[in-house]
Amino acid sequence: MTVAPALLGLLQSGPRHGYDLKRAFDERFGQDKPLAYGQVYSTLARLLKNGLVEVEHEPGDGPDRKRYAITEAGVSDVAVWLATPEKPEPYLQSAMYTKVVLALLTGRDAADVLDAQRTEHLRLMRELTRRKSEGDLADQLVCDHALFHLEADLRWLELTAARLDDLATSVRG
Amino acid sequence: MTTSPPAASASTHPAPADPGTTPGGALLAAHDLHLAFGPTTALASASLEVHPGEVLALMGPSGSGKSTLLHCLAGILRPDSGRVTYGGRDLTAMSDVERSALRRSEFGFVFQFGQLVPELTCAENVALPLRLAGVGRRDALGTAREWLTRLEVPDVADKRPGQTSGGQGQRVAVARALVTRPRVVFADEPTGALDSLNGERVMQMFVAAARDTGAAVVLVTHEARVAAYSDREAVVRDGRVREQVRA
Amino acid sequence: MSASTPPRSSWAADLALGARMSVGGGRSGWARLALIAIGVGVGVAMLLIVASLPSVVDARTERTDARSIGSGVVEEQGDNTLLTQIVRSGFRDLGVEGRLLQAEGVRVPLPPGVDRALAPGEIVLSPALQRLMDSPDGEAIRGRWGDTVVGTIGPEGLAGPGELTFYLGTDDLDEETATRINAFGNPDEQGGGLGPELLLLGLVGLAVMIVPLASFIATAVRFGGEARDRRLAALRLVGADVGTTRRIAAGETLVGAAAGIAVGGLLLLVAQHVLPPLVPPALTFYPEDLRPAPVLAALVVIGVPVASVLVTLSAMRRVVVEPLGVVRRSEVTRRRLWWRILLPVAGAALLHPLIGGMDDDSSGDQAMVTAGVVLLLVGVALLLPWAVDAVVGRLGRGGVAWELAVRRLQLESGAAVRAITAIVVSVAGLIAIQGTFGAIQAEAEGDGELQGSVFQAKVIDTRSGAVGQEWVDGLTGTPGVRDVVTSTFTLAHVETDPDQLIGVEVGPCSVLTHETGITDCAEGDVIVVATEGAELPTPGTTYVLGEPGSGGGTWELPGDARSATLGEFHLYLSGLPSTIYVTPTALGGADVAEGYESVLVALDPDVPDAVDRLRTTAADVEMLAYVADAEQGSLTGVLGTARQALLAGTIALLVVVGASLLVNVAEQLRERRRPFAVLLAFGTRRRTLGLSVLWQVAIPVAVGITLAIVTGTALSVVLQGGLSAPIGIDWWAIGLISGGAALVVLLVTAASLPLLAGLTRSQGLQSE
Repeated sequence: MTVAPALLGLLQSGPRHGYDLKRAFDERFGQDKPLAYGQVYSTLARLLKNGLVEVEHEPGDGPDRKRYAITEAGVSDVAVWLATPEKPEPYLQSAMYTKVVLALLTGRDAADVLDAQRTEHLRLMRELTRRKSEGDLADQLVCDHALFHLEADLRWLELTAARLDDLATSVRG
Repeated sequence: MTTSPPAASASTHPAPADPGTTPGGALLAAHDLHLAFGPTTALASASLEVHPGEVLALMGPSGSGKSTLLHCLAGILRPDSGRVTYGGRDLTAMSDVERSALRRSEFGFVFQFGQLVPELTCAENVALPLRLAGVGRRDALGTAREWLTRLEVPDVADKRPGQTSGGQGQRVAVARALVTRPRVVFADEPTGALDSLNGERVMQMFVAAARDTGAAVVLVTHEARVAAYSDREAVVRDGRVREQVRA
Repeated sequence: MSASTPPRSSWAADLALGARMSVGGGRSGWARLALIAIGVGVGVAMLLIVASLPSVVDARTERTDARSIGSGVVEEQGDNTLLTQIVRSGFRDLGVEGRLLQAEGVRVPLPPGVDRALAPGEIVLSPALQRLMDSPDGEAIRGRWGDTVVGTIGPEGLAGPGELTFYLGTDDLDEETATRINAFGNPDEQGGGLGPELLLLGLVGLAVMIVPLASFIATAVRFGGEARDRRLAALRLVGADVGTTRRIAAGETLVGAAAGIAVGGLLLLVAQHVLPPLVPPALTFYPEDLRPAPVLAALVVIGVPVASVLVTLSAMRRVVVEPLGVVRRSEVTRRRLWWRILLPVAGAALLHPLIGGMDDDSSGDQAMVTAGVVLLLVGVALLLPWAVDAVVGRLGRGGVAWELAVRRLQLESGAAVRAITAIVVSVAGLIAIQGTFGAIQAEAEGDGELQGSVFQAKVIDTRSGAVGQEWVDGLTGTPGVRDVVTSTFTLAHVETDPDQLIGVEVGPCSVLTHETGITDCAEGDVIVVATEGAELPTPGTTYVLGEPGSGGGTWELPGDARSATLGEFHLYLSGLPSTIYVTPTALGGADVAEGYESVLVALDPDVPDAVDRLRTTAADVEMLAYVADAEQGSLTGVLGTARQALLAGTIALLVVVGASLLVNVAEQLRERRRPFAVLLAFGTRRRTLGLSVLWQVAIPVAVGITLAIVTGTALSVVLQGGLSAPIGIDWWAIGLISGGAALVVLLVTAASLPLLAGLTRSQGLQSE
């Protein structure tokens, strides 16, 4: 889960209201899915409890007159998070693989499964490519990240398609 | 009709309304192509349609026959059997002179590398198809420079291809492919020799410019990210077009 | 019904585009154009020089005509007449020919190039003779015709700048010994033209020159062929049809050819000044003489570009330039023997008139023979690719360098073969000519009477009468002269039949052994020498000595006369079927009447230039006498000149061949730069690469030279048969020419090594 460190990181440039924080997050990292208010406040509450942020009350009333600021502990938490590499995903549990094997086991055309999947992948890739060419640098980088992953899947699809006969033999044998 | 299609091919197509036109409004179509290089079968009953203005990706593993299919569609290779029709005309029955004329007026080409003439400057390379089509030197060079500017490489106009970077060279190639405002551009791994960033730039400009001019693009690639610039894809496997999906 | 064909570029635009491409491509493009221009230029220069030969000959003839005496000959002495006679002499192996002038009045004509009348004893020299006499080498000729040098002969009076000649004023001439003229110029009918054998040799020589030059130019035009094919494929892709592609290629070639013609013209200008000092003195010409005959020049200037385009187009016929690249047809088909052998066989068939000898004046036969020789030589060029393929295909494994070379040649030997075609054709031709020539010369020399004898020189005095003693007195004591003997030759006829003529030579045993070749001779012997097959005179026959009617004494052929056989050559000179050699004692005091006395001189081989010292002394005794020496003897005259011309031609051809090979190797290295760089990159030693270049050049050359030697020798044997010369193989010529060609190969490889190092040093792996 990257929402908590992301919010912390955004706060490091200065205290913000909860609403501003959500907007900033959506702007930079939201892409397809804007953060729900509920998630913002529940995350901030957890950070507050852990002493990573503190609240500054502004003069005046209203429910949203709280400004959140990062604490020393919060700053060092961000630093630790940035310095820790993400664990590479092993992708060993693949739904696509399962489908292919089951198609073979049940005597269906596994190539059709693969083709349908490729069509779907490419549809998404076209979509991302279009967004990329219309968007700014941030869009491009995020879309590229997705595109490279999808491309990896597609390569796997191609490789599997080329080896379907071998796979069929080993699955049924 | 001064030429008639091979009897075999005519009989395999049930009820063609007119052997000279392709149903469905296709601009360019391959019908049941077979082609072997010695003992190696490159195409085995490959059929495909290309529609006006669309960007079609031909995908498939290496050796699948996708480049061979492209060369047949462009009239560069002649299939052993089957027909290629372009605007209702049978490409396979044309003479070299007619096919050459098509290449310089209606078709454009972008290959992986090596298609530019190293002795000529980039502007002269872009002007080449125009000059071969009889346009005067001055006019041809003027148009060529406009295209180079449009593809954001005006600086290379007076350099020779050997003096440009790979990305610049491919943009020059794109300019040359589009300078005659062709109806079809054939692209064979146009980004194959480029790194990702340069490849993306070339593909973006290429596809945008082709859409602007209304040219259809037949794009051979084994890279899904390049194929993602297409409107639809067709997969070639073992000399056959495995699938053809209209977007 | 297809839609109207879209517009197409014009011919002119295609040619212009081709021209544009030939000068593009940066440094490597210019390098290629320079290679083509130099290659074609060398070929064109040689062609222009060949085309200039008629002008050279004309110019020389014009000047020698202007000084000859022909229609100026008059009977009556007058105020404007002079007496003149030619003096033939020599220096070492060079001929010197001068003219005596004796004025009979005050308005005598001056020979061209001489600006004053000569008083007796005054001499004007050609500049070359002047230089010779002034040089330390010229000691033996200095003062031969007196010391009163009053000037030099101007260019208009000389055949060429190297000619050795003079005009000498005299008062010794009379109507008997000289010709009276009132003008110089206007020659007789051109006498002494080329005999059939020399004409034949000349024609073969011309073919030998032209065929390799043509193949050389053809090779040069194809430099950079691979790059051009790739370029044209790129053009096909963007819509050039086959015709347009050809026109563009033609445009490219035309630029190279035009540049080549320009280079050739420049080289001709250089040759005008460089060549004259290099040619033998008897053939020298002035720079301005070396200008191509207009028709021939036009032929070269138009023919070379046209031929170049044809060569390019024919080279393109062998490859199919498709939009995707180049398909070489030659790789698919193996080279076949049968049609390649047609041409040489046809050529050999045309040579059949030569078998059993050729008539002197059947020009039809000559044309046929010339065509046969050309076909045979061109046939060799056609056989070569097959022969190289056949040999290379059978070569086994060896070191890395050897295998690199062999595999490369197995893959593609076309370029290598093209490079050496010119050599092979010229070597075959040269061996044929040298062989034939050697045979003629050997024949002539074998019969030369002074060969291998105690006498090394002979004084030929055209005066009749008893002059022998005068020579003995005059020559004895000259440095280098060991002995002087005389003999007398006279005619005799059978007393009972004045029509039966025979020669009688009276002289001491030394002369008899010298002239007849018999080994034992004692004073008192009589030896009868007859041509093969001629009837021997019967002993006891009585002869009347002297010319019929001259009133000589009678003499009877003794019964103990021996007989000997002499070669045809010697007896041909006297024109008689047989000659009786008689020692003075055996003559028994019979009156020889008006005999011709000949003087034989034995020389000391340790004295340098002994013959020339003898000549100088002899000129003092009798200016008009000619001194023949054993070495020169048969070589003076046309045969010697032809030999010199042949030598010059051989050297010129070897130079062309060397240039051709070097340019070709350079071209090959340039095209294969990248593979070489890759080989170096994974650790191949430069030495290995150098060796592989050597093998790659040497293997086809070895095959080619073997083919050339076989063909050339066969041709030489046939030609010798045609000239009725004794059949012989000139191993010396074969060795010399093959060795020369091999040397050229080595030099070329050596010269290309720095190029190889340079190409592979740094930038080979970088693409352009």
